[in-house]
Amino acid sequence: MINKLVLENLKDRWVRTLLSALVVGVQVMSILTLIGLSRGMLQESAAHAKGTAADIFLKPDSQGTFSFSTGQLSEKFVDFLAKQPHVKQAVGVLMSPIQGELITPMNGVDIPRFEKMSGGFRYLAGGPPQAPDDLIVDEYYARQHKLHVGQIVKLLNHNWRVCAVVQGGVLGRLIVQLSTLQRLTANAAPPRVSEILVKLDNPALTDQEVAHFNQLLRGNLQAVSMEAFVSQFSVNNIPQLRAFIYVITVIAVIVGFLVVFLSMYTAVIERTREIGILKALGAKPLTILDILVREAVVLALVGCILGIAFSFGTKALIMTFMPASLHAVNVPDWWPIAGAIALAGALLGATYPGLKAARQDAIEALAYE
Amino acid sequence: MSEASAVGERSQTGLDIIRVRGLEKVYHVGDVDVPALRGVDLDVRRGEFLAVIGPSGSGKSTLFHILGGLAPPTAGHVYLDGVDLRGLKESERTEMRQKKVGFVFQKYNLLPTLTARDNIVIAQSLAGTSDWPPGFDSILTLLGIKHRLDHKPRALSGGEQQRVAIARALVNEPAILLADEPTGNLDTANSNAVLDILRDLNHRVGQTILMITHNPEAAAFADRTVTMRDGRIVGS
Repeated sequence: MINKLVLENLKDRWVRTLLSALVVGVQVMSILTLIGLSRGMLQESAAHAKGTAADIFLKPDSQGTFSFSTGQLSEKFVDFLAKQPHVKQAVGVLMSPIQGELITPMNGVDIPRFEKMSGGFRYLAGGPPQAPDDLIVDEYYARQHKLHVGQIVKLLNHNWRVCAVVQGGVLGRLIVQLSTLQRLTANAAPPRVSEILVKLDNPALTDQEVAHFNQLLRGNLQAVSMEAFVSQFSVNNIPQLRAFIYVITVIAVIVGFLVVFLSMYTAVIERTREIGILKALGAKPLTILDILVREAVVLALVGCILGIAFSFGTKALIMTFMPASLHAVNVPDWWPIAGAIALAGALLGATYPGLKAARQDAIEALAYE
Repeated sequence: MSEASAVGERSQTGLDIIRVRGLEKVYHVGDVDVPALRGVDLDVRRGEFLAVIGPSGSGKSTLFHILGGLAPPTAGHVYLDGVDLRGLKESERTEMRQKKVGFVFQKYNLLPTLTARDNIVIAQSLAGTSDWPPGFDSILTLLGIKHRLDHKPRALSGGEQQRVAIARALVNEPAILLADEPTGNLDTANSNAVLDILRDLNHRVGQTILMITHNPEAAAFADRTVTMRDGRIVGS
């Protein structure tokens, strides 16, 4: 019967119920979208790395996994590595950030050599570059910027001709000839690259070769297997991102608390007389608190369901309008966590109004107009 | 044997459902003490229909609240069905309200979000019972609300709401039905109908009723009337 009373109360004040659940839903959606974005972007980066089909990844010795800057390595290392035993191919990649693109750098690479290593791009339109200013874009970048083959694009203060649209997931979203990018970014004399990809003749030797390279190139380059490199693409490995997620979570709890607090507080004021009636009928203070808590739980649960539904919406919006700049995934493993966060906020929010209602004097409550 | 224990014993033996001796209630308003009851003595026999009449401020509502266990007395003894209310803790008074007292208020005080049926059922639910007691169907028939049970209060007339409130007050088979100005919000026809029902319940089922009113015409429906003034009973 108490459950029926709770549901009828929520139904009776449906506008407030809906608004409160919506705000809780937005809170849940924010958490899920943030986590989905973090994970999606990392997965996308990992997919790009894996798509190169390289076995070993080499970067300057002091560089962190997720920092990149242009031209820190002499291109001579590429040739040096190519001559090492068991190395089938070595390809240097120069990455250059683009103004206005937060996480989409331009990748310069010896395209024929890279295609040989990776097994080649899957061309959806156009074909391999024919001229130094030709630009390969992936399907997401093309969709977001409405690009087609033959179109001229100005990037890095330079006009590029889109020569191909390729399937995403290999190296990056924007690929140009290494020498052109070196020239445009003052990395041509002497020629420099940001990282080196190595493919072995026998992938089973990866760990052995990683150890060998680290010994050989100590102080200059740090080698890591592609498998280990890709495994580092996790939220847990990025302290700043983890801290950001904590902050958003705390904000979400506070928002949930405030929304439910306000909703329940007004409910208690509005329902003073009803609380008096229940007390006159013999409701214990704990029963009154229980009613308010159950209402808060329903708000949190409805909000949670709405939030999960909204997170599908935000993912669809991101993937429709910004598929190149952002990459989001659904995170079902976070649904219960986001739900628990919403519930915690709701329960905190219901506590004070619930206690206020439970302590209400029955006679005063019955006299309330 | 002290007077208090003798009074309690008489109540327990079943002669009186309510025995009040030397009841005082003082409200503290800021630094001022406002006496609302100044030594009330009252006996209500089992199966009696008693009207308590008096002007505003006479203390009849305070008496109603104390008899119903909604407020504790300041001094004196109140025995309800053999239990001295003065010694009860808040939780015990709550339990007493669930099982021994049925309230009917002037403003009906139905829960607006529930149907008439659920308003009755929730009183049972709070008392920890589920099935309607034997004979309750005939009470619903007497009240004339059987066909209105699935309506919410806003769809019921004032008279119907008050009859639902009476049904709710009776569903747990209370020792006493306390009615505070039960016709105060009703027109004459509905007032008479409600008072007829209360008298019928008293005569047919033997329900003990204590009705607070300021209306002598309403009081005339009761077996006996006591008059209150300035926190005392001044006539019966």
